[in-house]
Amino acid sequence: MNVQGNTVPTDPQSGGGAGATRRMTLNMGPQHPSTHGVLRILLELDGETVLSAKPDIGFLHTGIEKQAEALGWQQVVTLTDRVDYLANLSNNLAYCLSVEKLLGLEIPPKAQWMRVLLTEITRINSHLVWLGTHALDLGAMTVFFYCFREREEILKLFEMFSGQRLMTSYIRIGGLALEPPLGWEKAVGGFIRGLPSKIDEYENLLKSNPIFMQRTQGVGKLSVEKLLALGVTGPMVRAAGLSWDIRKSEPYSSYEKFDFTVPVEPEGDVYARYLVRMREMRESQKIVVQALEGMPEGSIKADAPHVVLPDREKMKTQMEALIYHFKIVTEGFRVPAGEAYVPVESPRGEIGFYVVSDGTSKPHRIFMRTPSFGNLQSLPALFEGNLISDSIASLGSMDFVLGDVDR
Amino acid sequence: MLPEALGAIETVSALEAFNEAAVTGGELSRGEALLWIRREKIAEVCLFLRDERKFERLSGLTVIDRHPIEPRFEVLYLLHSVSRNERLKLKVALPGDAADVASVTGVWPGADWYEREAFDLFGVRFTGHPDLRRIMMPHDWEGHPLRKDFPTHGHKYSYRND
Repeated sequence: MNVQGNTVPTDPQSGGGAGATRRMTLNMGPQHPSTHGVLRILLELDGETVLSAKPDIGFLHTGIEKQAEALGWQQVVTLTDRVDYLANLSNNLAYCLSVEKLLGLEIPPKAQWMRVLLTEITRINSHLVWLGTHALDLGAMTVFFYCFREREEILKLFEMFSGQRLMTSYIRIGGLALEPPLGWEKAVGGFIRGLPSKIDEYENLLKSNPIFMQRTQGVGKLSVEKLLALGVTGPMVRAAGLSWDIRKSEPYSSYEKFDFTVPVEPEGDVYARYLVRMREMRESQKIVVQALEGMPEGSIKADAPHVVLPDREKMKTQMEALIYHFKIVTEGFRVPAGEAYVPVESPRGEIGFYVVSDGTSKPHRIFMRTPSFGNLQSLPALFEGNLISDSIASLGSMDFVLGDVDR
Repeated sequence: MLPEALGAIETVSALEAFNEAAVTGGELSRGEALLWIRREKIAEVCLFLRDERKFERLSGLTVIDRHPIEPRFEVLYLLHSVSRNERLKLKVALPGDAADVASVTGVWPGADWYEREAFDLFGVRFTGHPDLRRIMMPHDWEGHPLRKDFPTHGHKYSYRND
């Protein structure tokens, strides 16, 4: 942290004598390890107490919504990866569901189940990165290495499926990009069945760590009403006692067929958010096991030749398939005019893409309702009136991704 | 005035009973209810929906630019009631030469950044907003990038000047 400007004395009433408080304006970021990206916060301090906190965002703004208007419908999938780079498959899914709603496509069961399986692995991936960095912020270094050890396995799985570790673009409009690779069940099964014991390891490390416990319990409390009014979604709201999960309340992609519970904690502090996310990882593990065991047979692409690329073999032998292939590749497909919004529960909360089509092969407008943007608005409420050392714990517990905030 | 399927929704009939003149139209498309609200009534309508119909949260707020059609801007409000598991879309039409509408930050504090973003990227002004300044673009930026008449390439800062 670097001090910006000089310390300024408060109003004359509090005086300048011995023992008097002095206000100080402190610039935190944009380059600071515990801001988890390029976030700048202007703090006004009275001793160690934060009087006001003003977040300054936009350092990572790359105009993704503007770029999307210049691309074809299918090409936009690649941009959604780059919005929230820790939950790429959740973003792919949210975007595809909205466009599929406009197109009126029916997705075959296998593709739906694969989507559930992959987004749940994404949730585990994102929570592992959160846990590792959050624990590191609070001085528990070992957990970071353990979490990234498991995360590496997940990235290998993503690479196996899509050829990419981070920017997967595996979920496409109309289904999936590719047939799952040979031996994927064994690879996913091997990883996912070993995960619960790994989560036990993290919990043992942190729950027996008095520093971690003291720095998280009772810190950064906010009520549900306040969180909802500020636009906060996801684990933060569930850690304040509200059982609201879009997978249950507005099921998409066959989530209603899976058996899982929504973790809720009443406390609303940093420790409750930790507990909720740890239990969410266990629930995601259960969902992945169910998806693995009950994976339906069939196609991974919708029966919509005007949208989905034909199989290579068909393209080479059938005239009609060749024409469709040519049309989709050269000019893309048209989406009926209209507007649609399908919310999805990403690891951070509600993500949804409000897509507006004017009937052409490019989107007219895509509004990205990203969870981190809404969640970060609660930062002043979390900081103000608390100690500056607690602000680091509060900041980590929000689990935002700056790419998701700035877009 | 409103389609029959839309009038059957309880929230919509309650809103019409509250202030019929505020709603100028609407549609129910693919299961999503959309209401067009008269520009000067939006804050009042939002307050009613929050207090009487339990729309505790504003899920999002954005603008759709229909350039060159007038009225050019459509301000979109995505409302969500967690307790009743209901979603509702509101829209307000704004002409290009007088793009201002009342802020709803008094109803949901979470509207703050969404309105700043809409102002920054579209140039729509929200009257009564406590701190309406740019949020994504640099403070000295000229123009509003998400408007349809703002070029994707060819801007003076663009890496490709074509």
